[in-house]
Amino acid sequence: MTYHVQIKVMPLKDLLDPQGKAVHGGLHNLGLNNIEDVRVGKHITLNINAASEQEAKNAAEDACKKLLANPVMEFYEIEMIN
Amino acid sequence: MEITAKTASQLRLTGEEFELIKQKLGRTPNFTELCAFSSMWSEHCSYKNSIKWLKTLPRDGGRMLVAAGEENAGLMDMGNGFGVVFKIESHNHPSAIEPFQGAATGVGGIHRDIFTMGARPIASLNSLRFGNLADTKTQRLLKGVVKGIGHYGNCFGVPTVGGEVYFEDCYHTNPLVNAMSVGIMKADKMISATAKGTGNPVFIVGSATGKDGIGGASFASADITAESTEELPAVQVGDPFQEKKLLEACLEVIETGAVVGMQDMGAAGIICSTAEMSAKGEVGMRIDLDKVPTRQENMKPFELLLSESQERMLIVVEKGKEDSVLKVFDKWDLPCKQIGEVTDDKLLKFYVNGNLEAEIPAYELVLGGGAPQYTREYREPAYFEKIKNWNVKDVKDPGEKELLKIAEQLISLPSIANKKWVYTQYDSMVGAANVSTNNPSDASIILAKGTGKALAITVDCNSKYVFADPYKGGMIAVAEAARNIVCSGGEPIGVTNCLNFGNPYDPEVYYQFVKGVTGMGDACKKFNTPVTGGNVSFYNQNPEGPVYPTPTIGMVGIIDDPADAMTMYFTNEGDIILLVGKQQNDIASSEYLHKLKKTEYSPAPYFNLDEEYATQQFISSIIKNKLINSAHDISEGGLMITLLESSFFKGLSFAVTKQDKTIRNDAYWFGEAQGRVVISCSKENAQGIKQKASVAGIEVTEIGKVYSGNILINDIDFGPVEVWKKKYDTALENIIKN
Amino acid sequence: MKFGVVVFPGSNCDRDMQQSLQNDLGKEVIMLWHKDKDLSMFTTEDCIILPGGFSFGDYLRCGAIARFSPMMQSVIDFANKGGKVLGVCNGFQVLCEAGLLPGTLLQNESQQFVCKNVHLKTNDNEVLTIPIAHGEGRYYASDELLDELQENGQVIFTYCNESGSEDDFCNPNGACRYIAGIRNKAGNVFGMMPHPERATSSLLNNTDGIKVFSILGLN
Repeated sequence: MTYHVQIKVMPLKDLLDPQGKAVHGGLHNLGLNNIEDVRVGKHITLNINAASEQEAKNAAEDACKKLLANPVMEFYEIEMIN
Repeated sequence: MEITAKTASQLRLTGEEFELIKQKLGRTPNFTELCAFSSMWSEHCSYKNSIKWLKTLPRDGGRMLVAAGEENAGLMDMGNGFGVVFKIESHNHPSAIEPFQGAATGVGGIHRDIFTMGARPIASLNSLRFGNLADTKTQRLLKGVVKGIGHYGNCFGVPTVGGEVYFEDCYHTNPLVNAMSVGIMKADKMISATAKGTGNPVFIVGSATGKDGIGGASFASADITAESTEELPAVQVGDPFQEKKLLEACLEVIETGAVVGMQDMGAAGIICSTAEMSAKGEVGMRIDLDKVPTRQENMKPFELLLSESQERMLIVVEKGKEDSVLKVFDKWDLPCKQIGEVTDDKLLKFYVNGNLEAEIPAYELVLGGGAPQYTREYREPAYFEKIKNWNVKDVKDPGEKELLKIAEQLISLPSIANKKWVYTQYDSMVGAANVSTNNPSDASIILAKGTGKALAITVDCNSKYVFADPYKGGMIAVAEAARNIVCSGGEPIGVTNCLNFGNPYDPEVYYQFVKGVTGMGDACKKFNTPVTGGNVSFYNQNPEGPVYPTPTIGMVGIIDDPADAMTMYFTNEGDIILLVGKQQNDIASSEYLHKLKKTEYSPAPYFNLDEEYATQQFISSIIKNKLINSAHDISEGGLMITLLESSFFKGLSFAVTKQDKTIRNDAYWFGEAQGRVVISCSKENAQGIKQKASVAGIEVTEIGKVYSGNILINDIDFGPVEVWKKKYDTALENIIKN
Repeated sequence: MKFGVVVFPGSNCDRDMQQSLQNDLGKEVIMLWHKDKDLSMFTTEDCIILPGGFSFGDYLRCGAIARFSPMMQSVIDFANKGGKVLGVCNGFQVLCEAGLLPGTLLQNESQQFVCKNVHLKTNDNEVLTIPIAHGEGRYYASDELLDELQENGQVIFTYCNESGSEDDFCNPNGACRYIAGIRNKAGNVFGMMPHPERATSSLLNNTDGIKVFSILGLN
């Protein structure tokens, strides 16, 4: 069956996120001063054809490790939707 | 925590160095202090294994306005009160780990060196080395590095105007990423990286400090192994937007007249900038580390000292003028915070919440001060035997009918083919000063706006030649750079170098280093192009061995009147094609021999420094006298590739015939003997050029003419120019996309 | 006719634009800081230019943050009063984000930044050579909107080949209907991805950019 998987890819917590920083500045310029921090990542959805949820999850793990996330810079979280 | 020789060795200091530190301090250092020494005495910061040989290079004279190594980059006189500032630097190890950020921060770092001095960067170049392009790992590295260079340079707004990309197996694990920046300024407005004036406040400006690349300086001084690729240190993330603001703000703040000294933070962050600025000004600094704006919580003192967070500057301001400085940084929304002040005791004292955390004499940390200097052993490499055993007679000379096939293979080699796929990803035209876009030359020609002059800039190194013969190869790298500038109508004025070698503790590698530097130095003396600075990158090595010795030369030339620039392409049908310089019966170390005949070990190609110099002087004089319409030097791929490249820009063909039957076919068409240039000129001027040449003792041979039909080689039809151009333009892309 | 060139943090073609207008076209130019608001020195006969670059680092979306700067509020008012506004490259992106021009600019089809000379066709079928340098320059709009733009003559430049026709290779970013530049319905706001300011000097061997300014009535 087809499993729907949502993946969140975010810059590693301790790394500088220039985009988040610039967006933060932009929000401040609009007067939204109570926003303390901004980090910008990616949201990816996958449809995976697999025999079991575990197999789908493994495939998603694999996709994250090999391509979707850059482990030097980013971490990821996998969420099964079904 | 007890500090022992073991702690020191974990921080990559030798037992001997640890003893030296204790002796200099008169006590055992604490951990923070030891970290400071570890960083400052790393190869990267101290040049401990290279400085003795670097001092043999011509480091002053000519148009130099500051001595080599004195400031962040070299400054040379352009005339009319202007100076040109330039430097090349490596970012090899970071790029091997994270190609995009590694290359990006390399570009950011080198630009900072330029604008720290008060110059506006106007051009950037790069020199890249990768493994076999057919390999997917190489493709990933290439794509990441090119994207990283583009990302940073394009956003920062300095055109990437030139460079070189070579593919050789030895760079598979250790790619090389060398970036060069060139800026211009009013020569008398230079800001020195010197701290002065007791009581003057010290400011940190730009990004907040995080745990980026802690020990990166030490990291850069170690071999990369499979394990070290896995236990990754925190990479540094570049923010070109922040640096663009920093550039504009720094240039503006200099105008206030309140800046005493300024230095960017690169390797070894705060410790390096405070130590170097203090040592140079023969002063000390008191720094409150708790005042440093941080991005992460709970940063330890040694992390604050060593962090390599990008886009930061250390500025010493004249006391009482703080407000004018703060106003500028506020305008650009850049954090600027006082973290300490200049003292007169020559000591660096770092406090945290009022407690003294580290105290070190600034002098003891720096190159030229207390940092150790070594001469390593060297011996002739064993592989030289294989080179000596090579004999040209073992290579069968191809017949005339095989030439076309060979030329087709050569022009499709990644190291020879058009690098369009690479350079169209770089903004090469921002600044509206790149003359080469619509008028290509051997070197890149950039208008130095406001000065009335233009600069001719190039980066060059054929590392295969240096591998074959380090001394001769070092000379050739300089000679080729000068030749490219001369062929563009420029006068070479100075050199910056990026010396990429393997492990200096390997005597065979050190032999390559010593001979390579000596060769470079001798050539620089001949061309009157002093070495203004640069950097050394050792440890480009992995368990399979070192990379080819790669002393990349960045050279700058001046063109007093931009209208006198010379282009590299055939311009008029009917023009005569002349070969300047001697044809040699030589295929040694050519792309033809190496890549098509699969022979890695052969001597360096023919090269004679005096002949080379005379040839370049001659080319200069005929360009100045407006006798020629194009000049293009012969390099990789030999005469055949030079002719083809000259034909592409305007789509004008050529008919050329071999003039000397005593020379092998492959040597005539594909040999890479140095000191040769293909020029084209009107029929009327050809005679005069030949006469001038015979007076000057230069060999000039008429080999054919520019023409509009199919390409003719020895009267054999080689087909239309468009077909060759298509092969040349698409070869690289085809390999990457398949 | 006077020109104002807006400087955002991250603008990097502002000085090129200033020098091109002053030195090559002989115009008066005033640089405008993004935090300021005052445009009182300009009349609707004058022109405000949003230059190329990476305003606010192009983070989030190109032009998204710049669009909210104080100066942009004044530029929007100026445009609505009929003043002339030209956005080049990043400036075009800002104008689309600000709603002064319809449509949007997406990442290039190749997913790569591209910098080179391209050929542009004018509404008089003249072919010009002008440089481009962008990563997000693929003009996109709905089919209805594209039809409308074409019917109203709002498409001012399209990508073409050397001989002025369209082929598979002449579209550098995959833009809808080869669109390189447009204007608003009223005809006072212009946006284009190519950089005319990089082609106004004989020292660079290309002066087609001067023709661009003249086609837009900015000479």
